[in-house]
Amino acid sequence: MSQAILELLEPQGVLLSTIVADSTEIIRLLGNELYKTGYVKESFVEAAIDRESRLPTGLPLGGAFNAAIPHTDIEHVIKPGLALATLKNSVPFRNMAIPSETVEVSLVFLLALEQPKAQIEMLQAIAGVLQAPDVVSALMKSQTFEDVVCALNTGEKDK
Amino acid sequence: MVGLKRILVACGTAIATSTVVARAIEEALKERGIDITTRQCKASEVKSLAGDADLIVTTTPVPENLGVPVIHTLAFLTGIGKEDAIEQIVEALSK
Repeated sequence: MSQAILELLEPQGVLLSTIVADSTEIIRLLGNELYKTGYVKESFVEAAIDRESRLPTGLPLGGAFNAAIPHTDIEHVIKPGLALATLKNSVPFRNMAIPSETVEVSLVFLLALEQPKAQIEMLQAIAGVLQAPDVVSALMKSQTFEDVVCALNTGEKDK
Repeated sequence: MVGLKRILVACGTAIATSTVVARAIEEALKERGIDITTRQCKASEVKSLAGDADLIVTTTPVPENLGVPVIHTLAFLTGIGKEDAIEQIVEALSK
């Protein structure tokens, strides 16, 4: 299942134990990596930040760590890809379901999706990760890209 | 023969989130022997599409008084309260 994540995960877009001031900064850092590696157009970063402000993506996971899955319209995307950050200190994102509430987020998946309803395996795999506290915990402990791959493969074995 | 129940699945942009939710609902109901059809839309489209649905499941706020039951849940993304959400869907569809 996590294979679908690994296929689209850009190694340069994996930022671990990152220190940022707010949700905008981490979207910008991850988005810039996807731009430099050719997944998205220059307009993507601002579009993702704007979309997050109108339609937030913070997801309370009920455990030690919460996640967010920022993304934006397909017109800003060149090819499908995925960037991932773990944050050393959580930052508030607004709750997708209840935007008046904030969620302290430590795990961010920035999605570059090129068509509606496509990349379904990747999306399902991300939902699978979010629903597996052991995988989330292993991702949060990861120090290297190899650790991330290992964490995602741990989830695979448990399935 | 009654037609398949129709669930309208809404999220912010109908790109990512509703896709995951729609598939998860289809699978969960299939396991219970309930066949349904799903349609995905943006939250901003819910009002105009609500009339063609038996139930709306949304991850993001939608207008009130749509004339169709609305279940507001992140359970199909985060897994929290998933069984409850499935029960609510089954109950809403059985009415």
